[in-house]
Amino acid sequence: MPSLLEELKEIEVAARSQLAEARDDAALEEWRIAYLGRRGRLTLVLRALASLPLEERRKVGAEANRLKEALGAALAQRQAQLEEARLTAVMERGRLDVTLPGRPRAQGRLHPVTQTLRDVLHCFESMGFQVVEGPEVEWDRYNFEALRIPRDHPARDMWATLWVDYEKDGERSMLLRTHTSPNQVRYMEGHQPPIRIVVPGRVYRFEATDPIHDWMHTQVEGLAVDEGISMADLKGTLAEFVRRIFGADRKMFFHCDYFPFTEPSMGLLIDCVVCNGEGRLRDGQGCSTCKETGWIEVLGSGMVHPEILANVGYDAERYTGFAWGMGIERIAMLRYGVEDVRLFYQNDLRLLEQF
Amino acid sequence: MRVPVKWLSEYVDIALPLPELARRLTMAGLEVGEIITSGGDWEGVSIAQVVEVAKHPKADRLVLATVELGGGERQTVVCGAPNVAAGQKVAFAREGVTVIDGRTGKPTALRRAVIRGVESVGMICSEKELGLSDYHEGIVVLPEDAAVGAPLASYLGDSVLDFDLRPNRPDALSVVGVAREVGALTGQPVREPSIEYAEAGPPIKGRVTVEVPARDLCPRYCAALIEGIRTGPSPVWMQERLTAAGLRLINNVVDITNYVMLEMGQPLHAFDFKKLRGGKIVVRRGRPGERLALLDGSQKELPPDVLVIADAEVAVAVAGVMGGADSEVDDKTTTVLLESANFNAASIRRTSQALKVRTDASNRFEKGLSRELPKLAACRAVKLMVELCGAKAAQGIVDVYPGREKEVRITVTQERLRRVLGVDLPVSRVRQVLGSLGFSCRHVPPDRYVVRVPHWRTDVRIPDDVAEEVARIVGYDELPMTQLRGEVPAAERQPRRELRERARDVLAAAGMQEVVTYSLTDRETLAKVLDPEDMAIYPPLRIANPMSREQEYLRTTLRADLLETLASGLRVEPGVVALFETSRVYLPREDDLPQEVESVCGVLSGVKPDRWGQPQGEAVGFFDAKGIIERLLAGLEVNATFEEGHDFAYLPGHTAAVTVGDGRAGLVGQVHPRVAAGFDIDQDVFMFELNLEALLPHVPDLPRYQPVARFPSVEQDLAVTVDESLPAARVQEAIEGSPLVRRARLFDVYTGPPVPPGKKSLAFSVSFQSPGHTLTDAEVEEERRRIVQRLERELGATLRG
Repeated sequence: MPSLLEELKEIEVAARSQLAEARDDAALEEWRIAYLGRRGRLTLVLRALASLPLEERRKVGAEANRLKEALGAALAQRQAQLEEARLTAVMERGRLDVTLPGRPRAQGRLHPVTQTLRDVLHCFESMGFQVVEGPEVEWDRYNFEALRIPRDHPARDMWATLWVDYEKDGERSMLLRTHTSPNQVRYMEGHQPPIRIVVPGRVYRFEATDPIHDWMHTQVEGLAVDEGISMADLKGTLAEFVRRIFGADRKMFFHCDYFPFTEPSMGLLIDCVVCNGEGRLRDGQGCSTCKETGWIEVLGSGMVHPEILANVGYDAERYTGFAWGMGIERIAMLRYGVEDVRLFYQNDLRLLEQF
Repeated sequence: MRVPVKWLSEYVDIALPLPELARRLTMAGLEVGEIITSGGDWEGVSIAQVVEVAKHPKADRLVLATVELGGGERQTVVCGAPNVAAGQKVAFAREGVTVIDGRTGKPTALRRAVIRGVESVGMICSEKELGLSDYHEGIVVLPEDAAVGAPLASYLGDSVLDFDLRPNRPDALSVVGVAREVGALTGQPVREPSIEYAEAGPPIKGRVTVEVPARDLCPRYCAALIEGIRTGPSPVWMQERLTAAGLRLINNVVDITNYVMLEMGQPLHAFDFKKLRGGKIVVRRGRPGERLALLDGSQKELPPDVLVIADAEVAVAVAGVMGGADSEVDDKTTTVLLESANFNAASIRRTSQALKVRTDASNRFEKGLSRELPKLAACRAVKLMVELCGAKAAQGIVDVYPGREKEVRITVTQERLRRVLGVDLPVSRVRQVLGSLGFSCRHVPPDRYVVRVPHWRTDVRIPDDVAEEVARIVGYDELPMTQLRGEVPAAERQPRRELRERARDVLAAAGMQEVVTYSLTDRETLAKVLDPEDMAIYPPLRIANPMSREQEYLRTTLRADLLETLASGLRVEPGVVALFETSRVYLPREDDLPQEVESVCGVLSGVKPDRWGQPQGEAVGFFDAKGIIERLLAGLEVNATFEEGHDFAYLPGHTAAVTVGDGRAGLVGQVHPRVAAGFDIDQDVFMFELNLEALLPHVPDLPRYQPVARFPSVEQDLAVTVDESLPAARVQEAIEGSPLVRRARLFDVYTGPPVPPGKKSLAFSVSFQSPGHTLTDAEVEEERRRIVQRLERELGATLRG
């Protein structure tokens, strides 16, 4: 009878060669039972150790245990090998053409004017302005009278008006607001300084349309009233707006303007974003965006007229404020390079889906 | 307002290049819209003198003209003009210069040419060749004073500043007014026009009487009398200026009144004195039924309260707007009564609007002119008539001045200037700026200025007006820039806006495209989508002065515009078109502003895409629309119920009403094919509408956290047979009414054998769960039995399994 040590050697050789042949989980399990199971060959050897003399038992025992560990490790390794091979096979079988188009999902978008309006409002909200809203159908009183534009004032020509067919005491008194400025008075009537608001909304003009004028457009009014507010603050606030919406490279040009409800009044021009203030395009053509002037009017503004502050009950000596009004479509045109404002409300999907 | 630069430079030296001057004026509030240049293309055209004209050796109609170009340089050219003669000053274009080709009318560069064997270099130009007119029969002959060698543009050309003025500056509607601004901006002195003349005629007193019963509307009336007038054309220099400023030429008398209006900003009117009955001017209100033939040939019935100028008997002019034809100056006129007055601005504006007549005069009067101006302008015009019409001025001017005012003084503090402008300007700078504008400014230490406003600045009345004057001349660009400091005001929630913006986000995320459509529409379009009864309850508000019939009514629904937009979308998009808008609709209220209701409307139609995006899947249907509105409601955190709904625009049986709380909040369903056809859509369209105002009370500020169940749920299927007409939601509600049911989800609806006719089978996956403990099988069985009992009892259901 060969010695147990020899038998162990033989087991090892046989086990390793059989393991290399195992190709799947079932074969591995069969192998495990044959060698390491309760009646496995190695287990039987270990059991036989008890009958050996101490000296030999120690020697054979050590060898048998080493072999047990080695076979266990070999099994694990073979298992890993087979798993790896299986995954590789799966990957190979199901290899994808990743350049195929994805499964289509419906794509929704916000209107470009909504997107621009939100950006503008965010800009001012981050400066502490709160967004409030007001009615689009207004009384003459808020749209004009309370803004120091009485009925026979020539400044009414600055806001060609769509009137609602409604008369009280023989006078038309209801209109589609021509600007968001009525909300200056509306808000101040119900609040005390400090005030910082922006008022977005639709406004309407009785006006023939052309590439830069539509009879309906979206305005954002701004109003800040507090002690110690000056034109320098107005300039700083508007400059920050230009920087955030149009970028840090834009040149600004502040000029004297006129609105009956601000004094002093101020307009803001920026250098044309299309021709970069040159007035001409690269091909030498005149720039239509700025009408070849190199400058684009962005908004009208000014210090709130002290009479308006006094009329809502504020101490006009103590409080000062500024206000502005800007057209959102104009800003959207400049940002996106849309050359005709009327395109926004024609809602051609081929235009809308670009934003 | 067009201001010819040469005219302007008569009153102030222009020390800046024009574009820079225009920029400075714009910055200071007088916006220059455009600089119009005549003669801008005359690069290389200069003034020359013809020194010799000789016969062309080979052509009878041509001559050889030798011109002196200045500095002894001479050139001989072949010329075909019949009027060329030695000694003439002419416009000469050198070789290479671009002129208008006399035959083609196109700009062409002049080339050296050999004409009938004689070389010709350069050209003596005709008006057509210079682009001045179409006249090409002879050369332009310049006046004697033209300097040989000077560029033609410097002599003949002019630039015109075209101003876009704001209505607060009527003083700047004049060349002198603009000159004052230029003077202030450039530090140049201003030369006021001369108003002195000899009173060679007999006194006006006793021959002209002026009565002003309407004192409230006529603060001042000056009348001058000029006799021995010879009417005829005005001198060329005046004609050039008036034409350049855009005015029509009439005759020397009327041209002078227009000239002085442009020069000084005061409208004037010349009456033929002999046509005025009784030598009398009465400034009064019109009489009922009074009519007047105006200078523009129109006949006007004068509206009540209109201010007229009358003679002893009838109205002869509408004050401040237009004169009457019957008292017009014509070529037989020898005596002129010159009116130079001040009228109430609002009254003139009302009149001009009522008569629909707008003139250069009314445009100035309605803005409020200086009351000091009439006398000055009258003198100026009389002086010009004396000088240019061979006339004699009567001695004295009748001056009725009921509205005389004190000079305006404003006290403004240094502190106020600093508070408004945000910068402390030195006293000397403030005084210098105000002084340059014609204000007198006394500094009263330590802090006050007493400012006297010049009469022509009717717009400056309060300290902040003075602040603007200072700032605009110093330059707004010079003011510092600072950021707001101080307390940030407390924020208030804006639930309406928050809800609307959330709705936008949810709908876009659900794959819908936002559109924005106009608020105005026409009645017919609304009638296509609204029940006539609803139209009667909420008749849309009408615009009194619509721009077109398509924009006459404020919409009371978004439907029509969405369907219209959908129709055009379907024409360009082969697959699904899904659009929404969140805007206001306007519901009228008695004697009040309309209620502006924040509304959402969505429309969808078309064939869904297959895996490749091709429109070859199934068509969108009711449940696509319902799925979107469900997602919208979930996104807004609003619980809603759906039940069968009815509406004019929707197809019955394919429409659900959306109820939130106790009220109707919207609709979802198929657009009635008849309504869709009204928008030229011949495929199924689905629409949903939500009234955001109705949701507002039901929107929680924030979602409430529900503890996640700690104990396992038991899933069981439950199928019942019910009447086919019973809404599935009723069954679901009944099942979910059980305290141990967390959720019941419908997963099958079946009709047909073995389900009896008129019945349907509904299968629910029911999730049993208790928040307090793990349910035993017995508990689940017991609860299930109770649910089935209730379904049988309340809904007539029978259990299938």
